[in-house]
Amino acid sequence: MDITLQDTIDRQQHGAAGRLMASQTFWVFLAAIIAFAYLSVATSSFDTSQNLFNVARNCAFVGIIGLGMTAVIITGGIDLSVGSVLCLAGMVAGMMMSWDYPIWVAIPCALGAALACGFINGFLIAYVHMPPFVVTLAMMSFARSVAMVLSGNQMVYQFGVDHAKMVAIGGGSTRGWFNALAASSGPDSTLSAVFTWLGQSIFIPNPAILLVLFALVFGFVFRWTRWGRHIFAIGGNEHAATLTGVPVRRIKVSVYMLSALMAGIAGILQVGWLGTITTGMGTGMELVVIAAVVIGGANLAGGGGTAFGAVVGAVLIEMIRNSLTLLGINPFWQGVFVGSFIITAVAFDRIRASRNPES
Amino acid sequence: MTALKLTNISKHFGAIHALSGVSLSLEPAQVLGLMGDNGAGKSTLVKIIAGNFPPTGGAIQIDDREVHFAQPIDARRNGVEIVYQDLALCNNLTAGANVFLGRELQKGWGPFRILDYKKMYQRAGELFAELKSETRPRDLVRQMSGGQRQAVAIARTRLSEPRIVLMDEPTAAISVRQVAEVLNLIRRLRDHGIAVILISHRMPDVFAVADRVAVLRRGRKVADKLISTTSPEEVTGLITGAIENA
Repeated sequence: MDITLQDTIDRQQHGAAGRLMASQTFWVFLAAIIAFAYLSVATSSFDTSQNLFNVARNCAFVGIIGLGMTAVIITGGIDLSVGSVLCLAGMVAGMMMSWDYPIWVAIPCALGAALACGFINGFLIAYVHMPPFVVTLAMMSFARSVAMVLSGNQMVYQFGVDHAKMVAIGGGSTRGWFNALAASSGPDSTLSAVFTWLGQSIFIPNPAILLVLFALVFGFVFRWTRWGRHIFAIGGNEHAATLTGVPVRRIKVSVYMLSALMAGIAGILQVGWLGTITTGMGTGMELVVIAAVVIGGANLAGGGGTAFGAVVGAVLIEMIRNSLTLLGINPFWQGVFVGSFIITAVAFDRIRASRNPES
Repeated sequence: MTALKLTNISKHFGAIHALSGVSLSLEPAQVLGLMGDNGAGKSTLVKIIAGNFPPTGGAIQIDDREVHFAQPIDARRNGVEIVYQDLALCNNLTAGANVFLGRELQKGWGPFRILDYKKMYQRAGELFAELKSETRPRDLVRQMSGGQRQAVAIARTRLSEPRIVLMDEPTAAISVRQVAEVLNLIRRLRDHGIAVILISHRMPDVFAVADRVAVLRRGRKVADKLISTTSPEEVTGLITGAIENA
């Protein structure tokens, strides 16, 4: 049988099923589904809408930051400053609003502060060639300190004129939006009844909706844009990327800015949800986020990772934490479970690599 | 017409004279073996042609036009492509992605542009076919043999219509069978009218594929002969200094 040029061009190494089976993300996804099914049967409290609502909201913060972290990790870097940047962005937004600035001024300023942190990280890493670990470790200390100075280490819980809007953004859900729509479509109208019904049946926290939207955007960008292609190239072989004319330094700055931006967005949402800000907000967040991203299949050595993986990792970690509480296990054991999952997920990856020594 | 003409190229790093007064010319569809011991100035000369740094003195002409390169991208724009010794491939990407690295094809409107996978894989497949390599565009480079990896790196040079391809030790770290494959790839480039400079330590490879051989010693060109008028013994003598000049 003749093999035509077109056959060669179209030839895939593995079929779709083979690639699926070989992907860590797929197995972690499966684990999450099994855990979900088990918890629904084993406990009476897991699959209540309020509990699922909480799990969805909590994993949304980790997932949103995880998407930015995935981009950083794909380039072979790491960003330890996300927890502190989250706190700083939340603090800038909260302080400005407590000084009676409107929300549409406060939020851009908060995101600007986050982007500035990311720019400093990226600049020092890409242009001064400092190791990402060290630079972002320094930023972790720096950003939280600035947040403390800004607030005088006070708790902020009054967000001025736009207090209600802030709380609605971070703490709200689809139920709130549908109820607002029902109210505005006039009393006793059919439309109003439909919206009220939708509000009762669909109950998703705002941060989770944003996570899904961001995940779709990131997934698209990673696969379909030059920028996406280039971050994978940098993580695979930075020297090769430089030699072939990829703007390596500019792209590196952009990934750290993106990571900081996502942390800033999560910070604003978290402030809205909690209704208060303390300078301890987001402490240790970087490690949870990195754990989620690694469990989801990103390669800390660079060159591999997916948006879907970041989301799945975040969901799994949050489910573990939630279920331990529900199953009545001492919460001090959470770290052991999360740690075991990190090792198991990476072990899967190693086993696969040892079967195929070339990879 | 000469594809490449170097006149009196010299390069000084402080007090060190890495190259002094090297002149060289190359016709289209000609393969030049560039030989010399470690530190003879081969890499320096290649880096000057590739635009990594400018020469201290002398002139470079491509297609009888004088050119000045401030950075590698300038050299590329003037039809100089380089196959680096380490090949500059990303293992985590497919062969097709590596061929188009830094020069990805896109489709779309205005700022909304996405990668044109179909066209890139199509073109990469055609390039591999031209090179008579069995490399498949959608395969990951990670799983490829040394010869296939060379094919990817060489296919990359064919994306533009280059005048000159520089190859730095392409046969240094691969098996005997793969060497034959790479030498064939070099002949294919030549058949397309491309001038090739092959930097190599391996005498048999140079004598198998090159039309001419130039020898550098201590930053000077000590010989520039047609392969048919010299022998491996003579070239060895020229490299080591046992023969002063030829």
